[in-house]
Amino acid sequence: MRHFKSFAVLAAISIGLGLGALGTAAADTPTLRILTYESFTSEWGLGTAIKPAFEKECGCKLEFISVEDGAALLSRLKLEGASSKADIVLGLDTNLTAETAATGLIADHGLDLSRLDLPMAWADKQFVPFDYGWFAFVYDKTRLPNPPQSLADLAKGDAKDKIVIEDPRTSTPGLGLLMWVRKVYGDKAPDYWASLKPRILTVTKGWSEAYDMFLKGEAALVLSYTTSPSYHLIEEKKDQYAAGDFAEGNYLQIEVAAKLAHAPQPALADKFLAFMLSPGFQSAVATTNWMYPAKTPAEGLPAGFAAPLPKDKTLLFTPEEAGQGRRAWVDEWLKAMSR
Amino acid sequence: MTTRAHTLNLPLLGGLASLVVILLLIGGAFVALLLAAADIDIGAVVGDSYIRHVVGFTVWQAALSTLLSVGLGVPVVRALARRPRFFGREGLRYLFAMPFLTPVIVAIFGLVAIYGVSGWLNRGLDLLGSAQDFHLYGLAGILIAHVFFNMPMVVTLLLPRFEAVPADSWRLAAQLGMKSGAIFRVIELPLLRQTLPTIAMLVFLLCFVSFVVVLALGGGPQATTLEVAIYQALRFDFDLGRGVSLALLQLAIGAGLFAMTRLLERQMPLMPKLRSLVARPDAAGRLGRALDLIVIAIAALFVATPLAAIVIEGILGSVGHLVSDPRLQLGTLRSLTIAGCASLLCGCLALGISMSGRQRPGRSPRWSGLLQMASVSGLVVSPLALGTGLFLLFRPVVDQPWIAYGLVVAMNAIMALPFGLRTLSQAVADAAREDDRLCGALGLSGWNRWRLIDWPKLRRPLGGCLALAFSLALGDLSAIALFGRDGMETLPLLLYQQMGAYHMPDANVTAALLLILNFACYAAIAAGVGGRARR
Repeated sequence: MRHFKSFAVLAAISIGLGLGALGTAAADTPTLRILTYESFTSEWGLGTAIKPAFEKECGCKLEFISVEDGAALLSRLKLEGASSKADIVLGLDTNLTAETAATGLIADHGLDLSRLDLPMAWADKQFVPFDYGWFAFVYDKTRLPNPPQSLADLAKGDAKDKIVIEDPRTSTPGLGLLMWVRKVYGDKAPDYWASLKPRILTVTKGWSEAYDMFLKGEAALVLSYTTSPSYHLIEEKKDQYAAGDFAEGNYLQIEVAAKLAHAPQPALADKFLAFMLSPGFQSAVATTNWMYPAKTPAEGLPAGFAAPLPKDKTLLFTPEEAGQGRRAWVDEWLKAMSR
Repeated sequence: MTTRAHTLNLPLLGGLASLVVILLLIGGAFVALLLAAADIDIGAVVGDSYIRHVVGFTVWQAALSTLLSVGLGVPVVRALARRPRFFGREGLRYLFAMPFLTPVIVAIFGLVAIYGVSGWLNRGLDLLGSAQDFHLYGLAGILIAHVFFNMPMVVTLLLPRFEAVPADSWRLAAQLGMKSGAIFRVIELPLLRQTLPTIAMLVFLLCFVSFVVVLALGGGPQATTLEVAIYQALRFDFDLGRGVSLALLQLAIGAGLFAMTRLLERQMPLMPKLRSLVARPDAAGRLGRALDLIVIAIAALFVATPLAAIVIEGILGSVGHLVSDPRLQLGTLRSLTIAGCASLLCGCLALGISMSGRQRPGRSPRWSGLLQMASVSGLVVSPLALGTGLFLLFRPVVDQPWIAYGLVVAMNAIMALPFGLRTLSQAVADAAREDDRLCGALGLSGWNRWRLIDWPKLRRPLGGCLALAFSLALGDLSAIALFGRDGMETLPLLLYQQMGAYHMPDANVTAALLLILNFACYAAIAAGVGGRARR
């Protein structure tokens, strides 16, 4: 039956390709598994950049398991529970650490973190920060000559200059803005959201869609980071992008990693957390993750990289405040934005 | 009866096996979710005013989208049915199959490029001197996107039914001197009454569970579907009880609709077909011809421009260095493998289910209702809930690459099954009606019947089913994002990573590649398995 050949060929190709492409990783070297978000493990990501150095140092294999967004990490941890094969979770931020710690799945790091270069002292016994950055509204100077100088400005600006933001239910920048507004406006946050709503073009699932829309000229402003223009300047030699530092201050994101209590390779996990604060990791942070290294490397930040904001312009809830408020504030945002 | 009892009823067994596979996977996933959930309070979910708002909006936008997709699709089908021969008609069939198969995130690229603030449409309006800009975001954006996805699907599903109207009907219509209006009333309306309920239901359900489109183009959380609420519950709050309750609510609404359309749908056996195409009596006339071609051209333009925009933006990207990129090559290979396996699995399930529905006359197919129900479950079961449940179910072994790949393949096959089945089951039923007596008289059964009678008739819909499942799986992001890990990056995942790393020009290339690959594979499988159109 000639016609069945097509069937058979399809099957054979599938299986053949499968065996070839999928491959298996059966080796005797121990494997350290890190649960993290997509952009960490992509070709241009921080994870890919530091992988060879760490594998050489530890004589082990580094394997990443990735979820779409940092916002999905906590639920992934809960989903996997104690049966997780991961040793380390990397990419949560301080808005999510209190709830993560409450799962009982996180172990102590045992590191001395008194000499980091964060905008504030760090005393957490479980989470190790590896980079930080401020959320900001990014714009194109050639298209927006009079950018907003504050959150208040942002809501008052020309309704024709639209803003794209991310959904706080599905992405960490979206959650960051929620915290930012709450920090500045407190219980008046719903009123602020109501006043901002006419300027919002759309609310995307993740940072990628939002930033893509901005670059394609759909919106005048996008919720991103103060360091986003540095990417365009350093990698693309384009200097027309800028990020607003606002009069009220900008909300800080500190990205952290932690060892899991049930880590199959606890010793390797400890090694990785220590490596994470070494120059081999920290000097790759700026131009891969486009954030500030938690411990500035000796050579400093790369030329053209945006200068950090001053400490008194830094807004941040404690992990406990953020953890307690999160659900109620998301609901409040939903109500205000659905009206 | 007794003489038959000892012979194996292969079709029925195949159907039962398919049913068991589907029920085990979906049922298992839900049981796992229910067991893991701390408390389930469906009452609280239904009573929640926000959820009621969400359900209301979900139904409203889905109803509008369905109305528009069907309302715009039917005139296109009519026009195409009246013009059985013109240059590029076969190409149009493939074009109309595309939007539905285009990964949502890629399609949004294209739609924004056309209808966005600085898109082709607004630039065109500027050239015409219009100061008024067209705004894509909000309900308009959702509707445009949903019509883009579903109107061509309506055409794809409906056109074969229009083309299957027996030549005798047209001869008779011509002899009676029927005009366009009478033809519509006497021939086309009954056909629509028979086929439209299921097609409309399909469109409605697709829009009902729409997620990325609604978030990206909806303009804010006032435009939220149940699926987003499920996402929030499962992926963000990890409130399994709420997630399951919402998923069950979605399942109940979907299943209710499905049951309703089954009541509406009239099983109307078609006459034995003389497949030679006879010119329709209403096809003559210059004005009609011009109108038909205009309708076809507008529809083609509406479908083609966003797709063209994706390809053009891709070519403007950094094609050269990307094509030699091993990540892209490996990603392509992985995507093709997963899609191939999912397509085969879906094809087997769909064939099993359709064949088992084919019973000897006089015996009511007791299973077929249940089978059909189980097979549309891929439409009404939230992929997020299914994935999370499967993850819980396979938790101890999910880090094994083969298990992870298996789950991705299985999830994609189940999600594609309703569409695959849609293209296959009617053809199987028709073939059975036409040939059962003949085969019975000739004593043809089993393999010989399949080889001689069924295969030549069914290869075309089977090819369509396989091609459809292949393309849908090729664009999958939800299953791979859940079960994928280091070294399992498929093309859609790579696209997502490129976008996440500010590499938008690269992302444009990947999107274009994904689209072209999708188109090529669909056409190759549809033609390879299905053979050439028999005219």
